[in-house]
Amino acid sequence: MENDSVAAGVQPVFYQTADEGPAHAGGGTLLGFWIYLMSDALIFATLFATFGVLSTSFAGGPQPRDLFDLRLVGFNTAVLLVSALTCGLAMIAMQQGRLGALRFWLIVTALLGMTFVGVELSEFAHMISEGATPQRSGYLSAFFTLVSTHGLHVTFGVIWIACMLVQLGQRGLQADNRRRLLCLSMFWHFLDVVWIGVFTFVYLLGAL
Amino acid sequence: MSDTLAKAIFGRLSWESIPLHEPILLGTFAVVALLGAVILGAVTYFRLWGWLWREWLTSVDHKKIGIMYIILGIVMLLRGFSDALMMRLQQALAFGADQGYLTAHHYDQIFTAHGTIMIFFVAIPLIVGIVNFVMPLQIGARDVAFPFLNSLSLWLTVAGALLVMASLFVGEFSRAGWLNYVPVANLANSPDTGPDYYLWALEIAGVGTTLSSINMVTTILKLRAPGMTLMKMPVFTWTALCSNVLAIAIFPALTGAFALLLLDRYVGTNFFTNDFGGNPMLYWNFVWLWGHPEVYVLILPVFGIYSEVTSTFCGKRLFGYSSMVYASVVITILSYLVWLHHFFTMGSGASVNSFFGIATMVISIPTGAKIFNWLFTMYRGEIRFELPMMWVVAFMLTFVVGGMTGVLLAVPPADFVLHNSLFLVAHFHNVIIGGVVFGLFAGMYYWFPKAFGFRLDPFWGKVTFWGWVVGYWVAWTPIYIVGLMGTTRRVRHFDDPSLQIWFVIAGIGALIILVGILAFVIQIAVSIINREKLRDTTGDPWNGRTLEWAMPSPPPFYNFAFTPVVHDHDAWYDMKARGARAPTTGYLPIHMPRNTGAGLIISALAMVLGFAMIWYMWWLAMAAFVALLVVSIAHTFNYNRDYFVTPDEVSRAERLGAGV
Amino acid sequence: MHQEDHVSDGLMHDDFQDQTHFTLKGYLAGFALAAVLTIIPFWLVLGHVISNAVVAASLIVAFAVAQILVHTFAFLHVNARAQHGWTLVAYVFTGVLLLITIGGSLWIMDHLNLNMMPGMSGDMSDRGM
Repeated sequence: MENDSVAAGVQPVFYQTADEGPAHAGGGTLLGFWIYLMSDALIFATLFATFGVLSTSFAGGPQPRDLFDLRLVGFNTAVLLVSALTCGLAMIAMQQGRLGALRFWLIVTALLGMTFVGVELSEFAHMISEGATPQRSGYLSAFFTLVSTHGLHVTFGVIWIACMLVQLGQRGLQADNRRRLLCLSMFWHFLDVVWIGVFTFVYLLGAL
Repeated sequence: MSDTLAKAIFGRLSWESIPLHEPILLGTFAVVALLGAVILGAVTYFRLWGWLWREWLTSVDHKKIGIMYIILGIVMLLRGFSDALMMRLQQALAFGADQGYLTAHHYDQIFTAHGTIMIFFVAIPLIVGIVNFVMPLQIGARDVAFPFLNSLSLWLTVAGALLVMASLFVGEFSRAGWLNYVPVANLANSPDTGPDYYLWALEIAGVGTTLSSINMVTTILKLRAPGMTLMKMPVFTWTALCSNVLAIAIFPALTGAFALLLLDRYVGTNFFTNDFGGNPMLYWNFVWLWGHPEVYVLILPVFGIYSEVTSTFCGKRLFGYSSMVYASVVITILSYLVWLHHFFTMGSGASVNSFFGIATMVISIPTGAKIFNWLFTMYRGEIRFELPMMWVVAFMLTFVVGGMTGVLLAVPPADFVLHNSLFLVAHFHNVIIGGVVFGLFAGMYYWFPKAFGFRLDPFWGKVTFWGWVVGYWVAWTPIYIVGLMGTTRRVRHFDDPSLQIWFVIAGIGALIILVGILAFVIQIAVSIINREKLRDTTGDPWNGRTLEWAMPSPPPFYNFAFTPVVHDHDAWYDMKARGARAPTTGYLPIHMPRNTGAGLIISALAMVLGFAMIWYMWWLAMAAFVALLVVSIAHTFNYNRDYFVTPDEVSRAERLGAGV
Repeated sequence: MHQEDHVSDGLMHDDFQDQTHFTLKGYLAGFALAAVLTIIPFWLVLGHVISNAVVAASLIVAFAVAQILVHTFAFLHVNARAQHGWTLVAYVFTGVLLLITIGGSLWIMDHLNLNMMPGMSGDMSDRGM
């Protein structure tokens, strides 16, 4: 039996008798959360694939050229991109232990997220008022589902930030909260990546 | 009460939804109600509620969660097998003038429920249960990476199972096949509650399975004992890793497809409809994108079980450890490239069909390599034919046939003849019973002494074994034969009387399997009664090779008092060979997670949400949804999730475990 | 396994040692790159810069891929060191599965439309009418 320690000719250590440190409490949280994001990315893959397959199934209904205001989409893209920066600034503040700056940047991030969702909702309302409802065609079903799933994620992110602010107020920058903030930041940047796919494949390519 | 008020409160639920006119269902209900009353009464009489709540329902101990998953799987196996018996009886009777005893409406629900339950609520819980129990022990961890999430996953799965069971007595289940196919499951064709029960139950359980897989993968990647590099992980841990990675990769497609179908049914979107640009085949595309890899999600951990059992009972190192690992990884990746072979006949062109046909044939190569590895492990080994090893041999003989019929079906022209025939049904029962079920029995017999500290009775185990193995062949050989002759699946009544004899034989086979199942239940009862005689005091009854055998049975709640240091992939065998002794003094505080009821409560709310949505009780659905959010958020405000076990307690528990 | 160097408050594990150090420069550079990679494709479409639709579409997709990579490295801090490389492995694996899911579905469904509904696959705008 070949072993790494036989060569040394001494009885190897078989049990760890020194303090082994904590086995839980976040040992794998960041990796686990990352894996969750990957599975979420695959849910979006399903929705993108659906959108791709149904992208010409207009059923005589409105087509992307009739529907979208690209300037509005551009504005929303900018809002989300700036929120990625403010989220990053929040992380830097956390790293430096500046609780006030952290909370400030988190609030800015949440406000930008709310702006994004608000603009998206008004876009939806406008489309629906013109008869472009999710029920109208396979294309519109896919459009509304893909875009609003992303919007729901952003909404959830805003709720998360709100909870985080309360928890920071209660306990400050202790280990659990730092870990949660790192997850929150991954979540927020992940949504930005998904949005690149949305504005490219849904809006820009649709308008070509 | 006015009609509108009743509608506002109860949605579409009314007295007509209770199937009082169905004598079979009424009888079943009576039996279930009686059993339930007896169990609840016994728990109350013996004042066990507090114990049940503290020790089990709120437990985050991976071992207890694993055992509860296995109990769920065994209970649901009884339900799924009853469905199977009913189908076999119907098909054995319904020839010519005889219409059998089931209406088409009822029969369609039975075959749908059978498939759904057997995969989602028998195979998955049993496998998740065994992985949950064994894997952290094998890698020398205290628990899984996310103990609370583990409890939540379990109870979400239970919530899904309860919704499926509720459909038996309140409303009806889907009639659209085990994957709830459109267009049958579209609102236009199934306006009843059936597909809704299906979709909500599986969405809830599916979330549980995904979370559980994320948990297991993180555990394996982060919590291995020192020294256990990837290539020193036990094979079962390796296959559990591959299986759970695969599950994370595929469940999103299923969750997504079900969500889109829910939108079709509730909001009126047009994803899978036949009008307004909808495309039913897109649903098939997604469910099989999940469906084929799922087969490997089920079989990979079972391959791991066979590897552990073969190596232990032949007293040899596993032949070709690294080839076994690479084969598992290759299967994991390739299985994502074969899904179209489930719908060759759907109308894709030659190029698409050839690609997926060839990919399907390629995937049989690593699987074949594994069979040879087990054979070479047995070669010149000192084989002990204890119960687990018997299942391995039965598996090899049975599974190879299923694998070969699978390669046959992978040839597109052959599939055009055999698609949706009973030959196909026989094929996948061959791999799932002969592969997954046999392996689960091997695993349950192998690790039962570890979980409970006593072995299972060997006599009744042999009856179980022979009942299943003989029953399998008697039941499925005739189905292969009639399938090859062209008989299609999901048929309730046949006109050609010459086929009847085959279905009668198949029915007899099912009865032989019933003997096996009953013997298994008897075996558990007999073993509990005789537990002192079957007691294992060593913690290592089979002369095992991996770390789970390096501790007393049942293991203390913190697993290892001292975390082992690993030098070999047969770590425990190596430790025994070199005379390693665990220290018996100098215990240190151990960091452990606290129990919590949050997982149970969140899952209960998810179940209420599902039920309310199924019956259009909008107010209740809203309330349940808000409650779900509030409880989940409230849970994040709980920072008091762990504690330290004092050295004194560890010392006491260790002396108890060693029988001193 | 860094058994000896974990932080004493009992809740920090090697997660935090693996974490990339966040820098203002890194975020600002990522933001500037991402902004440029957003503005160009919008300009391409709004200004009708390229008349050939295939070329325009390929360019726009290329910019999207580039920007996704920028976000991945600048904001999500994916690199070969974090979590012993598992973050990167998971990311690449997911990317492959994403391509298989989307590409495979489009390929299969396109074939189906071609074979089962000839003449309707190009523009299905009059379906359902």
